[in-house]
Amino acid sequence: MRLDIKNMSRKELIVLEDLLGTNKKIAADIREALKFRNILAVNLMSSPGAGKTSLLEVLADRLKGRARMSVIEGDIETERDAERIRAKGIPAWQITTGGACHLEAKMIGKVLPNLDPAIDFLFIENVGNLVCPASYDLGEHLRCVLLSTPEGDDKPKKYPKAFTTSDCLVLTKVDLLAHLPFDMEKVKSEALDLNPKLKIFVTSAVTGEGIDDLIAYLLDSRQSFVRYA
Amino acid sequence: MHELSIISALFDTLLEKAREHEAKAVTRVKLKVGKLSGVVPELLESGFDMYKKGTLAEKALLEIEVLPFSVRCRACGIESEREDFVFACPQCASTELEIVHGTELFLEKIELETD
Repeated sequence: MRLDIKNMSRKELIVLEDLLGTNKKIAADIREALKFRNILAVNLMSSPGAGKTSLLEVLADRLKGRARMSVIEGDIETERDAERIRAKGIPAWQITTGGACHLEAKMIGKVLPNLDPAIDFLFIENVGNLVCPASYDLGEHLRCVLLSTPEGDDKPKKYPKAFTTSDCLVLTKVDLLAHLPFDMEKVKSEALDLNPKLKIFVTSAVTGEGIDDLIAYLLDSRQSFVRYA
Repeated sequence: MHELSIISALFDTLLEKAREHEAKAVTRVKLKVGKLSGVVPELLESGFDMYKKGTLAEKALLEIEVLPFSVRCRACGIESEREDFVFACPQCASTELEIVHGTELFLEKIELETD
């Protein structure tokens, strides 16, 4: 009797492929395409309820007559945020992920052909989540993380990646400070420990505190890359 | 929980490589995952086990090497690990640093079975 022993061979293959490589490549193309149009893209990340949409509503009011903006809204379900932005007279597109906890560059890429090429700012409101969105480049030029005072002053070190990868930190709802045990200096110093280059804005969408500083920062950031300034 | 979307990208690559090399099966998969990559190795493992069923990688062994967050100081030249992710040199407190490891999230190598 003859045994058929199959002579399998094994081959090792060095791949060295970035698992987010496809997303990064699409993001780089988006960043370049928007820059070519002099459009500054801003990725807003935070936990749900930190005030991303409220901040955008205030920016819509205060940027009126100074700069043109559009908004891409990311949520798991509903058009609610896009409707709030449209009510301000601002073009807005809602991406509903149907369960996914973050936006990816390819989702932004699908919206781009609809954009008015004459806008100055594209704000992308990420899905409310302080963890997963931090891993996905959306082709933004500025990444802003929001932290609201009711969430607590211990968050930067608990969710480091959102803070280490951001350009600016917008502390929101500071009108509530009188009612909360929130140590503003602790948050600032812990966030700066993680990311010494982080710009920090202390804001309230209700009183308008700090919004002008944030707007000045956004306008400066855009000015720094405009080709025909 | 975005690990499933990472695993889905991993399988796109695995199956493409397997086809390219006319492999019968993928037998080993080695990933490098930094502490600041934003993914949890255990969740990658569960996602891998879920995804591999019925594919060429059904019997594949997944290895994940976790890399600590480490920085090199441009001021004093010292390389150090920072478990707390604080972006400052533990020797001289300079914040002029380059990240050496910790942000990795890549497929290093695979082993294929051919005949």
